[in-house]
Amino acid sequence: MSELKKYGYKPTRFGFGHALVELGELHDNVVVLGADITGSVLTSFFKEKFPERFFSIGIAEQNATTIAAGLALSGKIAFFSSYSAFAAFRNADQLRLSVCYNNVNVKIGGGHSGVTVGPDGATHQSLEEVSFLRALPNLTLIVPCDYEEARKATLAVGINPGPAYIRFGRSAVPMFTTKATPFEIGKAQVFNEGTDVAIVACGIVVWEAMLAAEELKKKHGISARVINSPSIKPMDVKTITDAALECGCVVTVEEHQVHGGLGAAVAEVLVKNFPVPMEFVGIPDTFGTSGEPDELLEKFGLTWPTIYASALKAIERKDKGFIGYRLVKDIPQYKENM
Amino acid sequence: MAIEIQFKDKNFENRSRTADEFAEIALEVRRDVIKSLYLAKSGHSGGSLGMADIFSVLYFGGYLRYNPTEGDWQGRDRFVLSAGHICPVLYSVLSRAGFFPTAELSTLRKWGSRLQGHPGLDVNLPGIESAAGSLGQGVSIAVGMALNHKYLEKDDKLVFTVSGDGELQEGSCWEAAMSAGNYGLDNLCWIVDNNDCQIDGRVADVMSIYPLDKKFEAFNFNVITIDGHDYQQIMTALDTFRENFKNNSGKPTVIIAKTLMGKGVSFMEDNYEWHGNPPNEQQTIDALKEMDS
Repeated sequence: MSELKKYGYKPTRFGFGHALVELGELHDNVVVLGADITGSVLTSFFKEKFPERFFSIGIAEQNATTIAAGLALSGKIAFFSSYSAFAAFRNADQLRLSVCYNNVNVKIGGGHSGVTVGPDGATHQSLEEVSFLRALPNLTLIVPCDYEEARKATLAVGINPGPAYIRFGRSAVPMFTTKATPFEIGKAQVFNEGTDVAIVACGIVVWEAMLAAEELKKKHGISARVINSPSIKPMDVKTITDAALECGCVVTVEEHQVHGGLGAAVAEVLVKNFPVPMEFVGIPDTFGTSGEPDELLEKFGLTWPTIYASALKAIERKDKGFIGYRLVKDIPQYKENM
Repeated sequence: MAIEIQFKDKNFENRSRTADEFAEIALEVRRDVIKSLYLAKSGHSGGSLGMADIFSVLYFGGYLRYNPTEGDWQGRDRFVLSAGHICPVLYSVLSRAGFFPTAELSTLRKWGSRLQGHPGLDVNLPGIESAAGSLGQGVSIAVGMALNHKYLEKDDKLVFTVSGDGELQEGSCWEAAMSAGNYGLDNLCWIVDNNDCQIDGRVADVMSIYPLDKKFEAFNFNVITIDGHDYQQIMTALDTFRENFKNNSGKPTVIIAKTLMGKGVSFMEDNYEWHGNPPNEQQTIDALKEMDS
């Protein structure tokens, strides 16, 4: 099994906040914009350390995003952070035109993402932004799985040219990657080797995928390949296609709507390269609701038992030969055209 | 009857000028606007013509520092067009300043052209500072640039931006105004093209933005209202802005320029039907004839 072990709990937003300070120390041209709530998304660390390079814009995400573009057009690397519910949608037009079409160094930190915001409820539980963001040309989109990866991802997008969005969360979640775990924009990592089913996950539910793999091994002797795919865009086409080729079925896992998210991105890759049976674990086209983070993850089926069940279902479909070609070739009207 | 369109190969220097000299330049700019829009067969005539006088003073009166042979010259002031649809007038003055050949004005809105229907940076047209087209964004871009020069670079660069008046119905414009006032951006000059026309009609009939002067005053702006076709008033307003910057007034400047949509072509003047239309062949002939008389 994997060498990655859980060694504590910390919110991913701390990785973002700490990395901003590191970036500020390394690069004089890193500036940060706040739209209130700086203590929540932890741009407050940067604000305290580099007050002369921090600008408070108030609760005005459209303005903050576009001012960031103006600063980036002036040679700065401009970070802006708010909750994903406001940092991807309220400013969608500004992101599209002033940031992505201008193709400038604006880096958005989307905090408090997913259902694990908890008690704040549906209004604050952003579950749709990956779908929108990955349609934007020029944008790099990263969904880190734990504190350490959030830190590394922030450092990486800081020096990578062009617009970027990092999605992170509020609640303390397991830490299991280390300083030695590789991170590269555009690359996925195999966290657990396996050949019976591939589980592709991103964000804080990667740990649940690891737990599911352990249970599959223990109960059925099934070897599940767990792939961490933090880089939603650009996506690691090779690692994901290889997984489909070698495992024959895929389960995707994300704390996001199944429509248009990681699962859809993986499906786009596989439909083109090597279609195999797929199961999607995510939010099933519904809004969130108030509750405690762990309780919500469980109620929305984002914990290991759902992933485990989905893996068994994917394997069953694979074993039945239920792939697209074999399905349609026996249907008379398709037969005539083949 | 077919007309042959040519763009006079003539550049203008950026220096102090008399009102008569500006009038001559603005006439050439208006000819460029009519010709390029006729060839494009689509585009925004009215606002482009209405701002020809202000753009002529800004680019050829020594008010904006730029280097036409080096678009991204570090010593330049910034000009950000927020009302992206009036780019034909910007393209004209940029070519007349020598940023690119005037002949390129014939490619406006065509496949492969650097003169996009609304400006973009992806086509690398020198002199363009930002994409524009979705209203209410350029003004915030300008605020970002002004913040950079005032608080980070701490230099003497000035930032100019032009927005429409209907554009001010976009709420984000007022977010930009609030932040410019809050940060006391005295290096920012926001020019409002107040022709009182938008696609659906008079601005006040679609959604009133008035009183504009009081709104900007409330956001800590130094407000100057002018006749946008009076060269002396345009120069005085820009001089006042420079004084306010030099004296560290701590206030951004807004110039509310009363303009006529379609100025210079009698059948287009003050008629909102000309917001988003190009002249046809006969109208082009008539317009150019009127300018020559």
